[in-house]
Amino acid sequence: MEPKIEISSLRVKYGSKEALKGLSFQIMKNEILGIIGPAQSGKTTLLKVVNRTIEHVPGVELNGMVSIDGVDIFKMRDVHALRRRVGMVAPLPVGLPLSIYENVAFAPRTGGMNNKAKLDVIVERCLTQAALWDEVKDRLHTLGTKLSGGQQQRLTIARALSHNPEILCLDEFSIAIDPVTTMRIEEVLKELRSSMTIILVTNLVQQARRLADRTAFILNGELVELAETNLLFSDQAVDQRTKDYVGGIFG
Amino acid sequence: MQYQRGRWSRVIEFLIEWLIRISGISAILFVFGIFFFVFKEGAGFLVTKWKPIEFFTSVEWYPTSLSNKRYGILAIIAGSASVTLLAMMIAIPFSLGAAVFISEFCAPKLKEVLKVLIEFLAAIPSVVWGFIGLMIMNPLIIKIFNAPIGLNVLNGGIILALMSIPIIVSISEDALKAVPDSYREAAIALGVTKWQMIYRVLIPAAKNGLLAGGLLGVGRSIGETMAVLLATGHAVQIPNGPLDSVRTLTATIAAELGETEQGADHWQVLFIIGIFLFSITFVINLIAYLVVKGIRIQAGDS
Repeated sequence: MEPKIEISSLRVKYGSKEALKGLSFQIMKNEILGIIGPAQSGKTTLLKVVNRTIEHVPGVELNGMVSIDGVDIFKMRDVHALRRRVGMVAPLPVGLPLSIYENVAFAPRTGGMNNKAKLDVIVERCLTQAALWDEVKDRLHTLGTKLSGGQQQRLTIARALSHNPEILCLDEFSIAIDPVTTMRIEEVLKELRSSMTIILVTNLVQQARRLADRTAFILNGELVELAETNLLFSDQAVDQRTKDYVGGIFG
Repeated sequence: MQYQRGRWSRVIEFLIEWLIRISGISAILFVFGIFFFVFKEGAGFLVTKWKPIEFFTSVEWYPTSLSNKRYGILAIIAGSASVTLLAMMIAIPFSLGAAVFISEFCAPKLKEVLKVLIEFLAAIPSVVWGFIGLMIMNPLIIKIFNAPIGLNVLNGGIILALMSIPIIVSISEDALKAVPDSYREAAIALGVTKWQMIYRVLIPAAKNGLLAGGLLGVGRSIGETMAVLLATGHAVQIPNGPLDSVRTLTATIAAELGETEQGADHWQVLFIIGIFLFSITFVINLIAYLVVKGIRIQAGDS
């Protein structure tokens, strides 16, 4: 397997607070990498680095290197092009105040696509991939913000898929939705793996266990352990803290 | 032993409660009282001699003619409308730009300074604005446009624009600030530029507030009296261009009411203009209120 993302000695400081204290690891192509760890350990910060939205945080300080397909992302001139390669799903669903159709067509449209027929295809494909098409196909032009929380989260996923990303980042996508919807989305993710690399940040340890090929345990901005999911969740985990965390002793 | 409040504390609480209640109710009473008073003054003429068609369609305003008094306010309506229209054409784009800048681009320190300055703009008395129109803008317009007189639609429009900018900016900025940050983050993460984020997400999300800000600006302009009285040239005519002098509804009342005999036809007609103005501003404010409450104008937002 070839690496898709390489992270080396990544440090992120918010003012005097160090959120990531020198992370180094690789994310392989077409894998689901689970990232687990308690709140405040730097998981979300890591995702924000990958699409460089971290740069919008005032007073942030970055060190180290992150590359996608061997290209340093901080040296990329067109940050918008980078962000179109990375789909991002936030913890709470954010239906933009547009119609369902326009929510999904938003990124392709702003990227310059105006062909109605092509947009129709994209909208249908993404909504289908996000397991939402059947529920909304008859009301594509109603407001996306009127959907239920679980539907909005799937809409967010459809939107993240709309620009055909190579990498899909999910940040605790299931905290605001019901278990049934969560399971449906998990099925979707398993299928998407064949066409993209998925980073799944979750504080549901069992979710990482169900989905991830490999799992990384991050604690207080440091990578404690990164291993095959089976290994990490077995007695063979190397670090005692990992054993304690996945065993439910703390966190 | 059970704790008991003293008698005084209960009496004071009762009094305070009623004081607050009366204050609240009196605000409603005042509005109705003003409407009633204005209506009463104009009622006699309104019922017996008022000819609405002539009133609204004739440009002939000769209330002091000895032989044939004529009360047509079309030209005066055109005066108010033209000045307000020009003012809004200047003020709305400018205010929207200022609000977007303050809310999205500006550094926090500069933001505070700008907000204070804009509040300050709102605190300038309208007669001072009129004075600026009369003494500064007038010679400037004569010089730049080579116009015979600088007291005209252009002058009044600019002055009114400056006067309504603070209210539009502050309401628009509130509306933009109320848009959740998650919208901004979500849009930025999709790889759009800041401008695309602003006009595709932020402005649609804040459109009710922005619309309300614009409408309140219109209300402010139509109701403004002293500044336009001084700056627009006081000529009853339908303007052919921005360099023509006009007179507005408010200025007509302000200028003529003191010169008329109390209770005479002319006096009553001025009050009818007052009722008309009151209705316009009431409707505009009502629409602004409904818009803020989220009445959806756009079709498809079922």
